[in-house]
Amino acid sequence: MADRLTLEIATPTRLVVAETVDEIVIPGSQGYFGVLPGHAAFLTTLGIGELMYRIGRDESSLAVAKGFAEVRNDKVIVLADTAERQEEIDRVRAERARDRAERRLSGRSDEEVDYLRALEALARALARLLTAGRAR
Amino acid sequence: MATLRDIQRRIRSVQSTQKITRAMKLVAAAKLRRAQERILAARPYAAKMGELLGNLVSAASGSDGAPHPLLEPREGPRRQIVIVTADKGLAGAFNSNVIRRALELVRQSSTTEVTLVVVGRKARDFYRRRPWTIKRDMIGFWDRLAYSHAAELADYFMQQYLDGEVDEVVLVYNEFRSVVVQRPVREQLLPIPRKAEGETDGTAVDYLYEPNPKAILDELLPRHVRTQVFRALMESLAGEYGARMTAMEAATKNAKEMIDVLTIQFNKARQEKITKELLDIVGGAEALKQGAEA
Repeated sequence: MADRLTLEIATPTRLVVAETVDEIVIPGSQGYFGVLPGHAAFLTTLGIGELMYRIGRDESSLAVAKGFAEVRNDKVIVLADTAERQEEIDRVRAERARDRAERRLSGRSDEEVDYLRALEALARALARLLTAGRAR
Repeated sequence: MATLRDIQRRIRSVQSTQKITRAMKLVAAAKLRRAQERILAARPYAAKMGELLGNLVSAASGSDGAPHPLLEPREGPRRQIVIVTADKGLAGAFNSNVIRRALELVRQSSTTEVTLVVVGRKARDFYRRRPWTIKRDMIGFWDRLAYSHAAELADYFMQQYLDGEVDEVVLVYNEFRSVVVQRPVREQLLPIPRKAEGETDGTAVDYLYEPNPKAILDELLPRHVRTQVFRALMESLAGEYGARMTAMEAATKNAKEMIDVLTIQFNKARQEKITKELLDIVGGAEALKQGAEA
């Protein structure tokens, strides 16, 4: 058994992360879960949130949304619909998206509201802001 | 016999054509490189997806047939054919190859049983004037091809399949074999073929599933179909640039040959003209001399 993990994060358009890491925290659809070396084979769907991984004392994080995570033989593969590194996140855009989604959900908007979609948009915006917030 | 000026005019005209073809070749080459990089970048996601699919299908399969309607083959005859071409021509046989390939397939079904989805202006222009039903077209997006285009198309196909509007969805597009080789291929998109790529892997992994294999499969299948469509679109785009590059390279070469031939003609004509003028002068001088002697 290796004492470290290989992490790959891919989206439909690119490979975002390929690194050897010590610990990973993943936003699963059933809640956040941590992965350390020696983890059992595990397959789950992704939720929307902040994915964190640690190399030694260095922590990095990404905002991810929807997809899958597989843990197998100390190799973790995350297939996400979207994944953005902390430094790639457009804060202003995320804030605007959050405000828009909140307005829709509060019922103060005239547009016809697709409730689930608005809720997901809000979750995505919050995940981005949360991830971006760690940078400071 | 063409006059000197006629030949010169033709040379100039061919030269300016050559300038255009050469520029088009360079542009296509640059775009091709970018398109190839995108195909490579998309590969890790698609490959893993295929592997997971194989695993999940066997894990979620019970005794009662396919674990998901998208995997379930249907007997019905209604077939939807998706034809992917470029918006523009000047790419050799790129568009006509795929249109011809699709036509063979379209003619296998009766006109009432087949519906078309045309992607790219060339496919639309061809089928618009013919008796088949075009359910949907997608045009003018190639320059900014994104995953969302593929997702939109794929979701449309799945919706129709699940609603029972069609019994089969087939893609016909140009596969990108290499820079110079593009081959029209047909691929069954729906129902999802059961020989899932991952099953070559052999070892079914004993995962802990969360929440359960069925739920994960429900999320995976739509993404698998979107990825398939996305890959087909990217291959077609790279193929288009490859075909255009090859075609424009040939055109540039042909123009050069033509210029060479015309230049030889031009020199020959010029020489003949000089010879004729010399003969006139010599003849004239001779006549004068004879006149003086007389």
